[in-house]
Amino acid sequence: MKELNDLQLKVLDLLKEDARRTPALLSTLLGESEDHIKAAVAQLEQDHVIVKYATVVNWSKIDDEKVTALIEVQITPERGRGFEGIAERIYLYPQVKSVYLMSGAYDLLVEVEGGNLREVANFVSEKLSPIDSVLSTKTNFILKKYKQDGIIFEDHQEDNRLMISP
Amino acid sequence: MIVNEQTTGSSKTMSSYLAPLVKQIPPSGIRKFFDLVGDNKDIITLGVGEPDFVTPWHMREACVYSLERGMTSYTSNAGMPKLREAISHYLDTQFDTKYDPKDEIIVTVGGSEAIDLALRALIVPGDEILIPEPSYVAYSPIASIGGGVPVGVETYAKDQFKVTAEALEASITPKSKVVILCYPSNPTGAIMTYEDWLPIAEVIKKHDLIVIADEIYAELTYNQKHVSFASIPDMKDRTILVSGFSKAFAMTGWRIGYMCGHPELIAAMLKIHQYTVMCAPAMGQVAALEALTNGLGEKDRMVESYNQRRRLIVQGFREIGLDCHEPQGAFYAFPSIQKTGLNSDLFAERLLTENKVAAVPGNVFGPQGEGFLRCSYATSVSQLNEALERIGNFVYKVQKEG
Repeated sequence: MKELNDLQLKVLDLLKEDARRTPALLSTLLGESEDHIKAAVAQLEQDHVIVKYATVVNWSKIDDEKVTALIEVQITPERGRGFEGIAERIYLYPQVKSVYLMSGAYDLLVEVEGGNLREVANFVSEKLSPIDSVLSTKTNFILKKYKQDGIIFEDHQEDNRLMISP
Repeated sequence: MIVNEQTTGSSKTMSSYLAPLVKQIPPSGIRKFFDLVGDNKDIITLGVGEPDFVTPWHMREACVYSLERGMTSYTSNAGMPKLREAISHYLDTQFDTKYDPKDEIIVTVGGSEAIDLALRALIVPGDEILIPEPSYVAYSPIASIGGGVPVGVETYAKDQFKVTAEALEASITPKSKVVILCYPSNPTGAIMTYEDWLPIAEVIKKHDLIVIADEIYAELTYNQKHVSFASIPDMKDRTILVSGFSKAFAMTGWRIGYMCGHPELIAAMLKIHQYTVMCAPAMGQVAALEALTNGLGEKDRMVESYNQRRRLIVQGFREIGLDCHEPQGAFYAFPSIQKTGLNSDLFAERLLTENKVAAVPGNVFGPQGEGFLRCSYATSVSQLNEALERIGNFVYKVQKEG
């Protein structure tokens, strides 16, 4: 495990809020030289702490709506490799967005994204379920996203403060 | 001249019923400016003296749950015992000031009521109230309403707007009784260190003054910890500490503050409190207790965020070419606009109407504030960046006008 310093943690917090923040702005906000900021970011990238700069999209706002399912998968672990080999077989599919090993009633939680319900259903029936070690699947479709990665999608909270106050 | 004076049906005018003391108080300069702003949505406001954060959810939820359980009664006049205990513990652990929750703390309707109570309990007509300026707009009028005579103590940008022992002593007369100290300062963002306080304490002791220490911004300091005036040796008994939850915990609308002091003073102020407001709102007290019990982490995150914006706005003003001392507390920058040749009122008014940025003219906070502008940085980074760009364009335009 990497132990991050205070500056790296603050840089992460600020980039998590808005990945477009430039080194110059981060330098001003944190009171550190731009070179230090660039070095901190480079180190975080090199250590794969920052894996990617992505955009959180609210797909429900546009016509090109996608279907997302969270699939609970029960599996039989493989001798010597446990869950790793099966997890790898699953996460290599491009339509799989995330895979988590879980405690509790099932083993893997698989997030699958498709253009429509049929695409997701086909993936489950043709790709996921036939894997030898897979004992069962339970597909839960996401009907509406209220919050993702800490971002509230329908949050139109206005600034209700007076324009001028003591 | 009285304009639009309404008559009562008899020969008397309505205003003739008013107490002369109240009539002579001018309306707040902030209020006057607020009317100029109107409902214009394109304006970026740096004029607000309150956090841009909403009260953290668990505090709001604690209040909602208390309502569900029917906690809608009066509380003890001095405030819920549990809350007073929590305040006592908080002040002790955070600011090295110990107060007995039984008889040294009153929970009030915001810090404003606490200041009013303190002044009403202390002032005899004619007493002089010393107020370092620029100062929060309410001190002087509240002192006047109580029959006191507010006396400004000058502070300067070259001293980072800290009050000095020399300036304080020079303002003292035989009628001086109370000093109101507000650090971290609204509007300048100045703070006082332990070393800064020592000579002030000597003057206060020498002239036997009482201090109202308004420490509502105590949590919002950036490079060093706040030093409570009550924690200075020999000062606790002559200090009435005023604070509250509005600024640090983003709870302005809840109106929960508190005051701490010597039991005899507190008993006197409790009399006024119990005959006027009875007790602070029960639901607000519940939320405040939750804030002290489980909200310190959120408070620290908000402070870190203010600190980042503080750097942004100070650097922004300096890049524009306006002198700006570095505020060490609260959430206000107080740049000088003297280079532009405009006075505070005109600068703020033109900035608002021509470039759509609302900020408060410095002279609202007393004559020492003339030539300055109070800008709250309790707003988002993107709004601050936009505001700085607009202010920069405005200053450039004014300078070109010559």
